[in-house]
Amino acid sequence: MIVAEKKPLEAVARMLENYDRVLAVGCGTCVTVCFSGSGKEVAALAASLRMKRRIEGTPLAVGEGMVQRQCEWEYLDPLADQVKNYDAVLSLGCGVGVQTLAKRFPGTRVLPALNTLFMGLPTEQGVWEERCQGCGNCVLDKTGGICPVSRCAKQLFNGPCGGSQNGVCEVDATVPCAWHMIWERAEALGMTEALMEIEPAKDWSTSRDGGLRRMVREDLRAPREETKEG
Amino acid sequence: MSLANAAAIPPETTPKSGGNLERVLSAGQFAVTAELGPPRGCDADAVRRKAQLLKGWVDAANVTDNQAAVVRMSSIATGLLMIAEGLEPIVQMTCRDRNRLAMQSDLLGAAALGVHNLLCLSGDHQSKGDHPGAKNVHDVDSIQLVAMVRGMRDEGHYQNGKDIPGGGPRLFIGAAENPFADPAAIRPYRLRKKVVAGADFIQTQLIYDVPRFRAFMKKVVDLGVHEKTAILAGVGPVKSPGMVRHLRQNVPGLAVPETIDVRLEDAVKGIDDKQARAQAWRNEGKRICVETIQQIREIEGVAGVHVMAIEWEEAVPDIVKAAGLRQQPRG
Repeated sequence: MIVAEKKPLEAVARMLENYDRVLAVGCGTCVTVCFSGSGKEVAALAASLRMKRRIEGTPLAVGEGMVQRQCEWEYLDPLADQVKNYDAVLSLGCGVGVQTLAKRFPGTRVLPALNTLFMGLPTEQGVWEERCQGCGNCVLDKTGGICPVSRCAKQLFNGPCGGSQNGVCEVDATVPCAWHMIWERAEALGMTEALMEIEPAKDWSTSRDGGLRRMVREDLRAPREETKEG
Repeated sequence: MSLANAAAIPPETTPKSGGNLERVLSAGQFAVTAELGPPRGCDADAVRRKAQLLKGWVDAANVTDNQAAVVRMSSIATGLLMIAEGLEPIVQMTCRDRNRLAMQSDLLGAAALGVHNLLCLSGDHQSKGDHPGAKNVHDVDSIQLVAMVRGMRDEGHYQNGKDIPGGGPRLFIGAAENPFADPAAIRPYRLRKKVVAGADFIQTQLIYDVPRFRAFMKKVVDLGVHEKTAILAGVGPVKSPGMVRHLRQNVPGLAVPETIDVRLEDAVKGIDDKQARAQAWRNEGKRICVETIQQIREIEGVAGVHVMAIEWEEAVPDIVKAAGLRQQPRG
């Protein structure tokens, strides 16, 4: 899932300084599962903002909205009537949700209430951890299902650096060393021989480094009108 | 010259770099390297002073690349100042600060300006340094960097496989290994990987636990890695019990046995004067270092020592002399 956390109330309030009416919109998928953008969080943030602005003598009307997925157009259509009544939309979705709302409602300011953190999973109750950076060329087959791109602070491809100690990373003693885990898993699976091969320099052009990424499935695309030349 | 005569000439191996370190190691001599930390400002005299302390006592000296992720004078620029003073630099390059474009262009420039040696490193993480908000690069890792430089030198091509006009930089390629880091089982194999990638020499992390290093070297020798590369064992004098604590707590993967603490404690018994205690600690630190070198020299597969006297370059000549490595500066 995409994991996001709430921005501090002060930061959200600063974004809304020049508005009197704002619609807070939650998202029912990833950010609901990680307790940052569900209907409950929308209600709590809305109440906090109303109270803060009332105390400050500049009341703010905060409407509450909820969609199943902010990142899909069809889910946003039912919001259209609601959005008309507000100066701005405050998205409790991830960065994708914020941008989808902004595109769908070009005449309205859309503001982020969350900081989008990573693609990850819960590792224990109340703790989420990164697992994938979307590098566009998965190497998990070579590393025993443990990702060195997202889980090694130095994104090493050929084994642990000299800072790996007692199974933890030199950057943070609460973080397990990815390469320690990769090695242990390879030992358990009898696959250490594969780790003796030198992994050549990665082609990062499929990663963020290559510019905006796009996936095209011609078989799924809607038929397009032929151009005059075509 | 007749063909018969030509055949009688013994085959001459072409040097990879033309540098002094390669010459010493190729001749089978026990090599001595040290470390020169560049200044945090642009004081060229600071480099010249340190270079003069080391000149002649070592075969080459490492020049660190933003060590501990703290901004310092560029390792290549510092290396040039060292060359001007007559001290051969081993330029360190981390994967943290440069992508493959910057690495290759810097190496072309370094070679053009007379640098012969390169040490390829991952680099300490920027969260430990003075710009924790910096973005790190890690486009290639240290083993991929070794392979890239070997390809530039031996195949004459860039990392992308295209020819380098006029050929690649003639660099003697080094890499580092920490025998005490985890997982311990992978370390000799990771060292072998670096050598297969093209490391001509290896410098190890600081060694205080000689038996543990001996066990590591046994495995390295069993793998035959020492025959394909020159392994320089890292040593360094401790200055005080405070420094020992610092090494233990802040340098990941460093094994410092408690016997070191006991010896430093014993060295200042009956001494009250603060300065005299500091001096006694330093003398004992140098003695421990000399003994470590003597023990390490006996270990099969060790081709030299790398003396890291951090911000204490003047200790190097004393240690080199006392260890019997050379009695006066050379050349």
